Amino acid sequence: MQETIVGAINDALHSEMDADERVLIFGEDIAESGGVFRATDGLKERFGDDRVLDTPLSEIAIVGGAAGLAMYGYRPVAEIQFSGFLPPAFDQLVTHASRIRWRTRGEWSAPLVIRTPYGAGVKALEHHSESLEGVYGHLPGLKVVVPSTPRDAKGLLTAAIRDPDPVLVMEPKQIYRSFRDEVPEESYEEPIGEAAIRREGSELSVISWGAMMYPTLQAVENLGVDAEVIDLRTISPLDDETVVESVKKTGRALIVHEAARTGGFGSELIACINDRALMYLKAPIERITGFDVPVPLLSMEDYYLPNPPRIEEGIKRVLTA
Amino acid sequence: MDEDGMYETSIGPQSGRVSQNDLDVGLLQIVEPDGSYASEEVPALHDDQLCDLYRWMLLERTFDERMVKLQRRGELGTFGSGYGQEASIIGSGYALKDEDWLLGMGREAGAMFLQGLPMRDMILFWRGIEDANREMAKRNLMIAISIGSHLPLVTGAAWGMQLDGADSVVAAYFGDGASSTGAVHEGMNFAGVLGAPAVFFCQNNQYAISTPFEKQTQARSLAQRAVGYGIDGIRVDGNDVLAVYKAMAEAREAAQAGSPMLVESLTYRLGAHTTSDDPTRYRDRTEEAQWKRRDPLDRYESFLRSEGLWSEINHEAILEDVNNEFDAALQAADEYEPRHVDEMFDYLYAELPPSLQQQLVEFKAFLEDRPDAYDYIDQRAKG
Repeated sequence: MQETIVGAINDALHSEMDADERVLIFGEDIAESGGVFRATDGLKERFGDDRVLDTPLSEIAIVGGAAGLAMYGYRPVAEIQFSGFLPPAFDQLVTHASRIRWRTRGEWSAPLVIRTPYGAGVKALEHHSESLEGVYGHLPGLKVVVPSTPRDAKGLLTAAIRDPDPVLVMEPKQIYRSFRDEVPEESYEEPIGEAAIRREGSELSVISWGAMMYPTLQAVENLGVDAEVIDLRTISPLDDETVVESVKKTGRALIVHEAARTGGFGSELIACINDRALMYLKAPIERITGFDVPVPLLSMEDYYLPNPPRIEEGIKRVLTA
Repeated sequence: MDEDGMYETSIGPQSGRVSQNDLDVGLLQIVEPDGSYASEEVPALHDDQLCDLYRWMLLERTFDERMVKLQRRGELGTFGSGYGQEASIIGSGYALKDEDWLLGMGREAGAMFLQGLPMRDMILFWRGIEDANREMAKRNLMIAISIGSHLPLVTGAAWGMQLDGADSVVAAYFGDGASSTGAVHEGMNFAGVLGAPAVFFCQNNQYAISTPFEKQTQARSLAQRAVGYGIDGIRVDGNDVLAVYKAMAEAREAAQAGSPMLVESLTYRLGAHTTSDDPTRYRDRTEEAQWKRRDPLDRYESFLRSEGLWSEINHEAILEDVNNEFDAALQAADEYEPRHVDEMFDYLYAELPPSLQQQLVEFKAFLEDRPDAYDYIDQRAKG
């Protein structure tokens, strides 16, 4: 079937709720209205009030409540309406959700899923455009995935719901409905912790994830270079093997992410290449990222986000260095 | 609430104003500080249970004394004693059932012992040995060191019980300091919305390390906050073990029936916040002396005497038993098998990711190359 990313998410939620009675969905405005992006549309009608629940505007309670439910044996899938609203609940992720299994030496676990739309480019208000995957990826015990296609959105969310550990699913809301693509009707998992090679090439490796995949692929096409384009898909645990093998082959690398540069996940990728492929490099690794400023309001957000021309210039520098 | 309901008022003055004066909730007491009580107020407990409460309070006190001594000898990490709060800890714990969960903050050892936690494991906990947390989890117990952060977990687990139609509740133990954190408010409010079987038991011992209650909040009580969360509350004399038991038993029953409750147990921390703290820096001796006169064990002794039950209590024999139990627990803790550094990596995930596996491999290689690297650990005091 042809689906958008948000449609694929909705489909995954339907099939996992069908398959496992312990799966519960909750968050702000997700039941009656089907979510502000309609990702949870139709679930309440299908599965009822007990399993699909509107919560108070209370991110700490949503994430902590999910952790408690998961400890008790349920499979909560909580939505944080915008990832910019997740920081109040950061404590619940750091302090409890990510370490319940570790703390209790395997006696308890917290197999919860937090879904949250992230990223800029939708002309939203302040705090609606953040991209803090690097921050969450820094937390031991928390898995972080960022799908960029409808197929991955369904498969990674399905894998996240079935995963025995807590998973943060960061959904690229800029491309929620930008296009449709083929998505299998039956249920399936895309493996967490495996990057995908979107385009094979030999001249340089370009690594990105989420909504930034598309300006990245566009820039490669515009320049007509033979780039290998990697979609990371999972931030944590990192598939360093795919990154390292590609860079060994091409000897050049460019990283594209929309989060601020300093301490962004690109830094970790560079460190990883440094550890295992430094001697293969023919040029310094480049990063095209958001600037080290808060995401500007809608009138200026285009200047913040990496776009094909900025990425093209980065590719040229890496190729000519 | 329907739209019209918003415009109807059933509480408070018609002016639309609510003030602190409207929320004077009083204090549930059964045995007054002078030892007097009304027989009809005494909870329906058998004589042996009434005596048992005394035994448990004495156990709590002895355990705390022994632990502080152990810390002073360098055989324990930092420890937080429950000295002065024995009625609050035991009265509440005694009202819980085996199948209940208790997510606490560390100053409720006796309540955890009542849930079946061996004393050894509490010693291991304060020695910083993670296995203690596993033993707690086996009995549906957990200590959250991060103040107040566990209340949303309590609500979540209670929500699970509600969905299962389980015959149990989750009890949150926390303090007056925690009551100022956001997680506490969100946890209780959400529990109210869900009607989850949660009991929020706040030991108001009047100090958050050095910060006195009046600097924590201008609210007259913590119990009154329940109203704001849409739930009911009880404010109870936390030095009156029978009153605490009654409050907790009522709260438990209400929670089971879908009405989570907040219990504020007004007590006093006679000891230091932890073994790292020196209360003489921030509170005066006369205040401590005043609270020593309200000793929960003394008050309960006078009740047992009035009931003619004191003759059933062999104080010295209980002390000997409890000390023997502590000695055995300490010996078991001392004999606890040494752990491998690999365990630091274990259990973070159901399956160790390759990058973490690599860190473990590198670390083990380092240990092999440099067997001297951590010699200093054995040379310093335990804990």
